Amino acid sequence: MRETDIAVIGAGPAGLAAALACGESGATTLLVDFMDAPGGQLIKQTHKFFGSERQFAGTRGIQIPDIIMDQLSKMPNVALMWGTNASGYYADSGVLTLEDGARFIKAKAKRVIIATGAAEKPLAFENNDLPGVYGAGAVQTLMNVHGVKPGDRVLMVGSGNIGLIVSYQLIQAHVEVVALVEAAGRIGGYLVHAAKLRRAGVPILTSHTVVRALGEETVRAAVVAEVDQSWQVKPGSEREVACDVICLAVGLTPLVDMMWQAGCEMKYVPALGGHVPVRDENMRASNPAVYVAGDAGGVEEASSAMISGEIAGISAARSLGFEVKEADARLAQLKADLAAIRSGPTGEKICAGIKCATVCGGEW
Amino acid sequence: MLRDIEKNGIVKWEDVQASRGCPGEGRAKKGPVAVIECLQEIPCNPCETGCRFGAITVGDPITNLPVLDEEKCTGCGTCVAVCPGLAIFIEDESKDGPEAMVSVPYEYMPVPERGAEVRATDRSGQVICDAKVVNVRKPKGFNKTAVVTLAVPREYVHVARGIAIQ
Ligand code: SF4
Ligand code: SF4
Repeated sequence: MRETDIAVIGAGPAGLAAALACGESGATTLLVDFMDAPGGQLIKQTHKFFGSERQFAGTRGIQIPDIIMDQLSKMPNVALMWGTNASGYYADSGVLTLEDGARFIKAKAKRVIIATGAAEKPLAFENNDLPGVYGAGAVQTLMNVHGVKPGDRVLMVGSGNIGLIVSYQLIQAHVEVVALVEAAGRIGGYLVHAAKLRRAGVPILTSHTVVRALGEETVRAAVVAEVDQSWQVKPGSEREVACDVICLAVGLTPLVDMMWQAGCEMKYVPALGGHVPVRDENMRASNPAVYVAGDAGGVEEASSAMISGEIAGISAARSLGFEVKEADARLAQLKADLAAIRSGPTGEKICAGIKCATVCGGEW
Repeated sequence: MLRDIEKNGIVKWEDVQASRGCPGEGRAKKGPVAVIECLQEIPCNPCETGCRFGAITVGDPITNLPVLDEEKCTGCGTCVAVCPGLAIFIEDESKDGPEAMVSVPYEYMPVPERGAEVRATDRSGQVICDAKVVNVRKPKGFNKTAVVTLAVPREYVHVARGIAIQ
């Protein structure tokens, strides 16, 4: 059986940052991802990042995997496995089961950092199984990874940063975005993103939702309607919008199956997108061999995912006795960066959620 | 009270003017100057770190709104390209004649060429006037965001904020 000090599951922004911190400490590190290349969601993120320079602000998401992989590939103690599913974790023995399509592999890890990210939430409406109804992640993958136009006229549903950014990227790909609807009374994502969409002429309709997809074989139109404060459709407000794609960007939910399997204490925290593991300030779960990083611990931005990944990496390596250069100072800086990113009105909900998901007193 | 921008995404010039990211009336008559249209406290500061003249301050915490020092600003346009929110523009009313210059960030293809006749749009995407592209900058440091300078009739200097996509 393969053995490693630390296994990192998921090579998105959180997993890459975690593996880098583990690798620097000298711990043998195994980084696993089910995709054929590292980066996770970063490989579709053609826009420039927010945050500060320490979180690659101003760099485009797609440029970040190369920067980190350049460092990781020079570390002899770091092993990389792409195209490999982490299918199970057995907490009693610390054994991970992996399969790469051809082989079933067992790996024993002293610590596991779970950076599995999040999955898109669906939306219930009439005919939502009609071809042409996509999740925003799929639209982004088609466009930005495979260079395939998802359609010609898109109705975007959801005004969080994903809905706003994917709409912008659609316009960049010369696809018309006929409107963006948002059921809440206000825009959920950053107003600067909304403003650039508006400048491109896209109507943003808050207090509106999609009630029905129309079409026989594929989507040919959507029926949108105004909703009141209790989310009920206002009678008579329904109208038809011609489109061939209805793109859903209505939120994400953390992918936490391995943490359930690891017997971690879990909590349902709506502000973080669903069930998340209870953790301490160093991202350790109730099972002392398990750490969580990134969206798997609560849905946020890629910049916060990279920070929580680094915190988890440093902490996991340290817990095994590995020397991490200036660990205390780095951890203090990272935690301050996280607090700063979550400050202000856009971070209020996240802060409340994190507080709810953090073990009382911040330490196990 | 919900501000309109939170409902429809349209930035209002009055709100920009009331913010500390906006130069004072008349500053653009002396030469090009940045107009920062970033009105929500988000965790972001490339405008501050990208300006080598120290003309923009975000400070600590990083969610502070950017503050412009119009005396230090040279109108160089670097912040226009590095702002991930594409929320900064350059206004220049210093040239004689009926036109003013507005520089906008541009990330669509094809990027218009210098000398091209285009149509300028306002903050809601409505076409407002014809405009001439007088400069296009896209050095490597701008990381694929072009900064396009438009000559527009003077009365549109605070209104022209985009180019109708060709
Ligand atoms: S235009 Fe140049 S000098 Fe003025 S704020 Fe922007 S980067 Fe600084
Ligand atoms: S870089 Fe742009 S979005 Fe970020 S704080 Fe500065 S002006 Fe606002």
